[in-house]
Amino acid sequence: MADTKIAAYICRGCGLGERLSTGQLAKIAEKEGKAAIVREHDFLCSEAGVQLIRDDIEKQGATHVAIAACSRRAKTEAFHFPTVAVSRANLREGVIWCQPDTDAAREATQEMADDYVRMACDELKRMKVPAGNPDAARLRRLLVVGGGVSGMTAALEASKAGYAVTIVEKSGALGGWAAKLWKRTPAHEPFREPADTGVAALVAAVEADPNITVRLASVIARTSGAPGRFSVDIAAESGATATEAFGAIVQATGFTPYDAAKLPELGFGRSPNVVDQAGLEALARAAAAKGGPIRRPSDGGEVKTVVFVQCAGQRDDSGRHLPYCSGHCCATSIKQAMYFKDANPAVDTVVLYTDLRVPGNGEDFYRSGQSKGVVFSKGQVSAVEPSGDACTVRFRDLILDEDTAIENADLVVLATGQVPNAGVDIDQVPQDEPGQWRPDSRSVLNLAYRQGKDLPLLRHGFSDSHFICFPYETRRTGIYTAGPVRRPMDIAQAVEDATGAALKAIQAIENAAAGRAAHPRSGDLSFPIVRLEGCTQCKRCTVECPFGAIDEDEKRYPVFNESRCRRCGTCMGACPVRVIAFENYSVDTVGAQLKAVEIPDEFAEKPRILVLACENDAYPALDMAGMQRRVYSAFVRVIPVRCLGSVNTIWISDALNRGYDGVMLMGCKHGDDYQCHFVKGSELANYRMSKIDDTLKQMALETERVASYEVAITDIERLPRLIDEYAAKIGEIGLSPLKGFG
Amino acid sequence: MPGDAGMGDMADLNERALAKYRNDFLREVEERVDEGHWVKMCMQCGVCAGSCPFGPHWEHSPPKIFLMIRAGKREAVLTSDSMWMCTSCYNCVVRCPRKLPITTIMHGLATYAQRLGLAPKVQPTRDFSIIFWENFTRTGRANEMRLMLRLWFKEGFAAGVKKALSMRDLGLAMLRTKRMSPLEILGGHGVKDVKGFQAMIRKAKEIEDRRRGLSG
Ligand code: SF4
Ligand code: SF4
Ligand code: SF4
Repeated sequence: MADTKIAAYICRGCGLGERLSTGQLAKIAEKEGKAAIVREHDFLCSEAGVQLIRDDIEKQGATHVAIAACSRRAKTEAFHFPTVAVSRANLREGVIWCQPDTDAAREATQEMADDYVRMACDELKRMKVPAGNPDAARLRRLLVVGGGVSGMTAALEASKAGYAVTIVEKSGALGGWAAKLWKRTPAHEPFREPADTGVAALVAAVEADPNITVRLASVIARTSGAPGRFSVDIAAESGATATEAFGAIVQATGFTPYDAAKLPELGFGRSPNVVDQAGLEALARAAAAKGGPIRRPSDGGEVKTVVFVQCAGQRDDSGRHLPYCSGHCCATSIKQAMYFKDANPAVDTVVLYTDLRVPGNGEDFYRSGQSKGVVFSKGQVSAVEPSGDACTVRFRDLILDEDTAIENADLVVLATGQVPNAGVDIDQVPQDEPGQWRPDSRSVLNLAYRQGKDLPLLRHGFSDSHFICFPYETRRTGIYTAGPVRRPMDIAQAVEDATGAALKAIQAIENAAAGRAAHPRSGDLSFPIVRLEGCTQCKRCTVECPFGAIDEDEKRYPVFNESRCRRCGTCMGACPVRVIAFENYSVDTVGAQLKAVEIPDEFAEKPRILVLACENDAYPALDMAGMQRRVYSAFVRVIPVRCLGSVNTIWISDALNRGYDGVMLMGCKHGDDYQCHFVKGSELANYRMSKIDDTLKQMALETERVASYEVAITDIERLPRLIDEYAAKIGEIGLSPLKGFG
Repeated sequence: MPGDAGMGDMADLNERALAKYRNDFLREVEERVDEGHWVKMCMQCGVCAGSCPFGPHWEHSPPKIFLMIRAGKREAVLTSDSMWMCTSCYNCVVRCPRKLPITTIMHGLATYAQRLGLAPKVQPTRDFSIIFWENFTRTGRANEMRLMLRLWFKEGFAAGVKKALSMRDLGLAMLRTKRMSPLEILGGHGVKDVKGFQAMIRKAKEIEDRRRGLSG
């Protein structure tokens, strides 16, 4: 590290000068931190303060800068020095704002600050400025899989933004399900009447757009590469295959209606007069083509009574049908009832629902249906019994609490749900071994990725996204889902969804070109670097990467695709031989920090608790606790981590060996309703930590010495309490017996 | 209006309504009950039922009544005592997210049931309404003394005396403040043109009946 020149800056602003001995901090930076330049400043983030740092970089040749001031989350623009490695000692939010301003607290407060300065300097010594992503490539072309409303909208939006698009559509025509509707639910004021589907106009716009190429009757036979350089084999029904390159992909493969044949108790298949919603659209289109009213399918007779059965095979808790609500079907039934009422108000239309759910502007449409005389009854249908040309619909009236029936229904319409067209479930269908890859006809994308051929699913077969923060995202960088493949939805929502996905895809193209990470570490130029000579081919990184960024070569070595990587560090946390590192974040940078902390001997009665806090939620929550001047134990030393998934167990054993009395791990919620910004990171961490008890036992330590917490960014009150409770627990079990051995 | 059609008339009206609307009770209500066209707009949220101070005493809450109308439960609705529980506090109307004039509909239903002779027979609100109507249409002015006596003694002499005793303080206070005159018992005062007034009431009823299709 001959070319390392550390410059350390101690800020005296924001009350730091009054609360801390900054002179002592400067001395620590110089003596222990080995900083060649050490400066104190009254107001470091001011123009003069920033200029001071800039001058040291430019004129004095500082290569590494330690800023002991506010949290790394504050003043990011002022302290942005892209040409050097920068570390931050959080003396404001992390020390003076979370410690009481009393004489009694002064010593412990200063000790905290001393340690954070030591940590910042030692971290710095292991850091490098990211050199840039070798995988960077720009291809301003977008692939859209699926030619329905979502796909066409995504294509048009991307084209408007200046990107070329290819739409690959499995069937022989554009339009998808929407093209099979007679009318759609209204998307515009006053939300009263069924509206034109708009599909014809959309198809015309796509066909007229010189930026958009449409490949009908084609499927994806293989997708490999990464954002900015996807290589896709498009196979036409005719047998011809073309290989094309794309920068990003939008998957808008839509849904299939739930198979109503699974609902014989509701009469489907037992009478042609029982149809699903798609079936009714077909009847409506046929009737419109003939210019007459919708007639009874069994005999062409007049329709006098129509019954709509909501939630048919949906919101089912018996485990036989769809457990979820498809969201659009209540409004669709209202629309379909209007098909009858608008043609002839004398037709009786009854909607039997358990809860009428009309999201968006559906309330107005619902009211319009009521004014037109559509009857809504809260009832749970138990059976539809066809006999001759009529059906009896038996239901439990949930308001009057009685079993009753509608006799002589000429038509019964079942509101079945949407089943996503998401390809194969990669948890069930393992990827082919390297070198033996074959396309799978059930797959949508046929990814050559090691983790499997399609996008990972979350629940009920819908593709996984970060549904709270980044809904269009999938767990494959540069591939975005839009429309009902992502979650059940109607046309209006699909249009919005497709627009969002198109913009995300464009963002991915540009990020890939610049070698930058996508969110949540947007703009990050670091990437995982693996020292393959040390790799034991254990495959843990390949398997655990939440984003499927790592492939495997034929010799079973991991192959990193930097542009697919989100920089979470889960691979780094997984690697048992610790050969994966980022230039600015590694087993060493964190290890150096935790080793920099001075551990008082057992007679000092001052425990030390290491907190490894997720930088996305837990760390900001701690900062906010400081901003609200919430006090917590001065015994903690907090190190932010990219994701709990990046925590390598070596950090924990190192800390315990050095005499820390406890380790708190703070990450995001995991499970089906996860909040982890890297989707699987906290879950994997949780799994790894469940094994830590054995290690603790081997070290003859109490299992309480390592504790994991699920934390949300809103836990501003809870976190200080957790810390204090944990400190009290450590007080109970006593100081670590390992002090002085590390 | 209450009381002035004979039982035979009422049965006849009911028969004719049944024949006219067959199973379509909703349409019957829409055409013949004040604000009846609002019934279809109820979305069964139950806010009105939860807001009603008499809520627990209703056999069928307003959303149930509306649902029963939609389900064609004509007899159950018209013979129900529920609409008669409404005290016109208007809490429900203020709160209904669908802006239904619930109070008016309730009174409309009660009146219609009474016209058809289907209203429940022993129902205090109904009894009071009839007594009140007869009392004040006689002279065009309410006669508190007679109204009070009729109410007290409607269940017989002994019950009347008992009630009169229990209400003694209120009655005396009304006499003292001249809110009620003992002389009223002799017939009391009325509007100047009683005949003209009664003709007006008859005409109003005729118009109303024609509008509602009740005149035959
Ligand atoms: S685990 Fe995270 S850091 Fe590692 S390759 Fe995958 S996305 Fe990148
Ligand atoms: S986790 Fe480490 S040892 Fe295992 S395959 Fe990946 S790089 Fe190699
Ligand atoms: S509040 Fe209005 S909409 Fe709700 S149940 Fe009552 S009448 Fe119906």
